[in-house]
Amino acid sequence: MSPLQPRFVRLAETDRPTVTIAVDGASVEALEGDSLLVAVLTRAGHLRHSEFGPEARAGFCLMAACQDCWMWTHDGDRLRACDTPVRAGLSVLTQPPDMPWPNRV
Amino acid sequence: MAEPRVIIVGAGPAGVRAAETLVAAGLRPTVVDEGRRDGGQIYRRQPEGFARSSAELYGTEAARAEALHATFDDLRPKIDYRPGHLAWNVADGHLHVVHDGSAEALPFDAMIVAAGATDRLMPVKGWQHAGVYSLGAAQIALKSQGCAIGRRVVFLGTGPLMQLVAAQYRKAGAQVVALLDTSRLWHQIRALPKLVSRPDVLAKGVGLAASHLLAGTMVRRGVTPVEIFGDADGGVSGVGVRLVSGRDLRLACDAVALGYHLRPETQLADLAGCDFTFDAATRQFWPVIDEDGRSSVPGIYLAGDGVRIQGADGAEIAGQLAALAVLADRGRSAPTEQISRLRQQRRAMERFRAGISEAFPWPHHLAAGLAEETVVCRCEGITAGELRAVVHDKGADEMNRAKALSRVGMGRCQGRYCGHAAAEVVAAATQLSPAVVGRLRGQAPVKPLAIRTRRAAP
Repeated sequence: MSPLQPRFVRLAETDRPTVTIAVDGASVEALEGDSLLVAVLTRAGHLRHSEFGPEARAGFCLMAACQDCWMWTHDGDRLRACDTPVRAGLSVLTQPPDMPWPNRV
Repeated sequence: MAEPRVIIVGAGPAGVRAAETLVAAGLRPTVVDEGRRDGGQIYRRQPEGFARSSAELYGTEAARAEALHATFDDLRPKIDYRPGHLAWNVADGHLHVVHDGSAEALPFDAMIVAAGATDRLMPVKGWQHAGVYSLGAAQIALKSQGCAIGRRVVFLGTGPLMQLVAAQYRKAGAQVVALLDTSRLWHQIRALPKLVSRPDVLAKGVGLAASHLLAGTMVRRGVTPVEIFGDADGGVSGVGVRLVSGRDLRLACDAVALGYHLRPETQLADLAGCDFTFDAATRQFWPVIDEDGRSSVPGIYLAGDGVRIQGADGAEIAGQLAALAVLADRGRSAPTEQISRLRQQRRAMERFRAGISEAFPWPHHLAAGLAEETVVCRCEGITAGELRAVVHDKGADEMNRAKALSRVGMGRCQGRYCGHAAAEVVAAATQLSPAVVGRLRGQAPVKPLAIRTRRAAP
């Protein structure tokens, strides 16, 4: 699968208003009620890259237990994409912004 | 006497029934839940604005889900409900929680921990690729978000959840490539004397298994998982298993739902100082409880799948029993008939639980055969070979020592997804029982906290 190919497939609940968020600065159209994880993975193949290996990551447990779905805000705050609902104007990064510790979380 | 301060952790079936029982006795419990809405994982409520019916979401359990949600809606004004609160430590009679970046310590006289379960995982080479999800994740994607985890999904593992989620995927219009089950039909047949303790649930299970065959879905039992194929950028591209016949089977797919039944979330019980015991049948440590859910620590009660995997119905009973135990221990009069009826129901649930663990056994034997390069710790990419090296080269034959030297279990999931398998890898490498190898100690915070976490304003 190409990294640009969407991973998740919407099977139901497609009749919802759209919400625009930004991922690495690019606009992404999501649906109201989407988790951040679903908003990204219905448009792309992954959420981030592993810090400890070569591979892309796309979450694993979807119940806030595994911490595999971390994404970041521009302020360096860490978000769990699986339990972060999208809202208009949400802007996230697929890697932590470059900032000195301890501001970097 | 001042009203006791009771905290319930978790707003799933056990937590909600516990709260209902305490409210009926005139108390106002605090209900701390990490979820944004009640229901737990099993009866997870879909977001506002979603339109699917309860029947679509919960199938045969729709009435139970609706009843639980209605009970909770009624309880809302009568409890101190704290959604979106992570309970991350228990110390000195306080439960430490964090909500939206603010930390707070909540004092309690009694606490009922109903923290639920997560998938029990055995690694397979390639499981770190994007597109491999736990079975629970596959179900949440569908139930909570109306999505499938991929276009062509292979279900790999064992357990009732695998049968259920595969059926839900097919019904929702997803392409189920195959169910590759490590258990054998004779496991299920051998467990029948225990499984008949809940004939209705057994019938549903048989119906699910039959539905896969009727739909013409490929089902293979007794498989040995070999590899999840894929590449670093594109993620999963296929699954390879060895069949009973010794033949290799390779299937193309773009998603894998992986899991071997469930494991209880016991970290808070551990931090509260509860005694644990090794269960030889399921090869795991779990907290010691009496028939009502009292732990070894006075004032700490454990209920639901967070202590024994009895499922949602068992959790509703356990939640009531734990709450009644709190009331009895605080000197309130105990409704003896109700307690004895609930205990009797619970015994059937416990017998069924034991049957399920026999019918879909934890495939501990796979640990010894994991290729050296197989990632055991997904968080930090640590392999079976690296874990075995600390056993052989540094004598780390105890799980916490092996963790300290290898970092397996030290990553951001805190060993939730590698801990049981890592203990089996160490056990196989040392020829010791996992009862001797031990378990990963619970550590606070039970989930990562941001450095920026601040104390809540008083």
